[in-house]
Amino acid sequence: MTNVPQRFAPIQRLLHWLMAICIIAMLFIGIGMVSTVAQKYLPLILIHKTLGVALLVLVLVRLALRLHFGAPPLPADLPATMKLGARLSHLLLYGFMIVMPLLGLGMLWAAAYPVVLYSGIRIPALLPQSDHAHTLLWDVHVYLGLALFALVLLHLAAALFHALVRRDGVFATISPLPERQRMKPTE
Amino acid sequence: MNQPGRVERSSLGWLVLIAAVVGGSAAAFAYTAGWLTPGRLTPDRMIAALTPPSGPPLGHRRNHAKGICFTGMFEANGNGVELSRAKVFVQGRYPVLGRFNLGTADPNAVDATVRVRGMGLQISAADGEEWRMAMINPPFFAVSTPEAFHGLLVAAGKKDREAMKTFISANPEFAAFAAWAKTAPWTGSYAEEAYNSLSSFVFTNAKGDEHAVRWSLVPTAEPVSIAHAELEKRGPDFLEQEITTRVKSAPQRWTMVTTVAEPGDPTADPSRAWPQNRRKVQVGTLVVQRIEPERDGPCRDINFDPTVLPQGVRVSDDPFPAARSSVYRKSYDLRAAEASDYPRTEVTKP
Ligand code: HEM
Ligand code: HEM
Ligand code: HEM
Repeated sequence: MTNVPQRFAPIQRLLHWLMAICIIAMLFIGIGMVSTVAQKYLPLILIHKTLGVALLVLVLVRLALRLHFGAPPLPADLPATMKLGARLSHLLLYGFMIVMPLLGLGMLWAAAYPVVLYSGIRIPALLPQSDHAHTLLWDVHVYLGLALFALVLLHLAAALFHALVRRDGVFATISPLPERQRMKPTE
Repeated sequence: MNQPGRVERSSLGWLVLIAAVVGGSAAAFAYTAGWLTPGRLTPDRMIAALTPPSGPPLGHRRNHAKGICFTGMFEANGNGVELSRAKVFVQGRYPVLGRFNLGTADPNAVDATVRVRGMGLQISAADGEEWRMAMINPPFFAVSTPEAFHGLLVAAGKKDREAMKTFISANPEFAAFAAWAKTAPWTGSYAEEAYNSLSSFVFTNAKGDEHAVRWSLVPTAEPVSIAHAELEKRGPDFLEQEITTRVKSAPQRWTMVTTVAEPGDPTADPSRAWPQNRRKVQVGTLVVQRIEPERDGPCRDINFDPTVLPQGVRVSDDPFPAARSSVYRKSYDLRAAEASDYPRTEVTKP
């Protein structure tokens, strides 16, 4: 590679933060809607389905951008295990972002529910009703949802650790703010 | 200035901050999940209140557990178009799938012991758009709010007779329902019952005009009232046997009648009937052509969630449809997961 980027491209940074907000919202809406019988249940599940499908589209765009632009290198002095941890956790985050919406859709299809999004957009079913498939997809959506929340917390802690404690410029690579001199990554 | 990549002593404060951010987020999540507020009425608590002391009806619906499937047609006469742009109101024939059922959590209940009879119904438009509903035969609901319904289930499940008295004094609307249950005539057939939406919904027509409505499926068969003692002498499944033979000999019909609210009518409270003189529009006829047992029938896998609505129909300020949607979803999740406890085809052990 001749031209290694110093930061994620602006469009990548924009997508990272947009999706971060939306995914955190999805987690809270998901866990909140399944524990209420109040009238807000209906708007919550409508948002959950609509935003979830939108995120599936966004993650595909994001992956394409990632392949096109690549990512800035991690600091040279970062221990190898931490580098590996960072890579693995990012890979996992991408995996969750793809799999969670697919599980959500599959779960509804396998229960013979029509999938109707905001403003009446209907998504045709790609799976027939199946008790077995529904149960499997439901369980996995629930447990991976909880696992994703745990991973997001870990990712958040790591990001803050880089930004506040190590101050090694990793946060600046994805920071939504314009670059500042002292946050520049170390070569 | 800090050396990049080195953890300074002064960073202890930051570490505490990070821990606080992570801990605070986890606490917010737990709060949203209701883990910190055991008093919140959740679908799980509603299901627990529905569960009989003998345990849950594994593989079956958590309420209205006993039922039988039907299929047929909805014949729209076109009158509904004035009220709602729902496609199934355009004159024509639309396939339906439904379920006659009893308001009990016991799938093996003796038919004569169950006061409330219900119908689950799904009408499909030509393009596949679905409308699902679940209706019952009383003319109004037992209570005003989902919370009161939970209270009723809990009180009715208690051995102590004071519990019901306390419940009724706190929920006086229940008296009208109790009177209905005591005095309303019984019939010997699912085909002789009227099934009422009770909850109000909002119809929107092509011009964008909105009307709060309720609807009923009124039988064309003449209801014949039968002494309850007489019904008790019939077999435990007489309703299912009767509807099966009845439909085999001739399709059974119901007229779908929409009642339009006037300003000020109590749309948010299904325990309060609207005045008799409200405008009524006959929008079509339900024709039930075929009966099939639930075990392998097409209604088994459907959740007749009353919030599965077509364009042109939406929920009103009535709190029940949302509560029911949330609880029915959970009931479906459970019964689908327990499907092996209710195997699809009767397997005879050697
Ligand atoms: C749901 C929430 C989030 C998801 C799914 C997510 C996902 C990701 C992914 C997949 C990457 C790797 C980018 C790549 O190498 O292509 C990344 C990088 C990063 N994220 Fe997040 N993120 C989330 C929230 C956050 C939050 C809340 C913060 C900070 C407070 C944050 C800070 C960072 C940082 C600093 C990087 C750069 C790491 C590097 O340079 O390799 N993220 N994020
Ligand atoms: C980024 C994507 C998504 C995330 C992070 C997410 C997260 C969650 C979470 C945390 C729950 C609560 C699980 C529980 O504790 O019971 C949930 C439930 C649910 N989600 Fe999602 N979800 C996503 C996408 C979707 C999509 C695209 C759909 C459908 C189109 C969907 C449909 C549902 C449904 C129906 C439930 C309720 C499940 C049940 O209990 O029956 N989700 N989701
Ligand atoms: C908050 C109040 C209510 C609760 C908690 C409740 C609970 C339930 C549950 C758990 C089921 C089984 C769902 C399934 O597994 O598919 C069910 C079915 C049913 N409910 Fe309700 N219900 C409530 C109010 C009502 C009202 C107001 C009506 C009628 C206007 C009604 C009519 C029915 C009918 C007809 C069925 C059977 C549908 C079928 O054939 O699948 N319920 N109810």
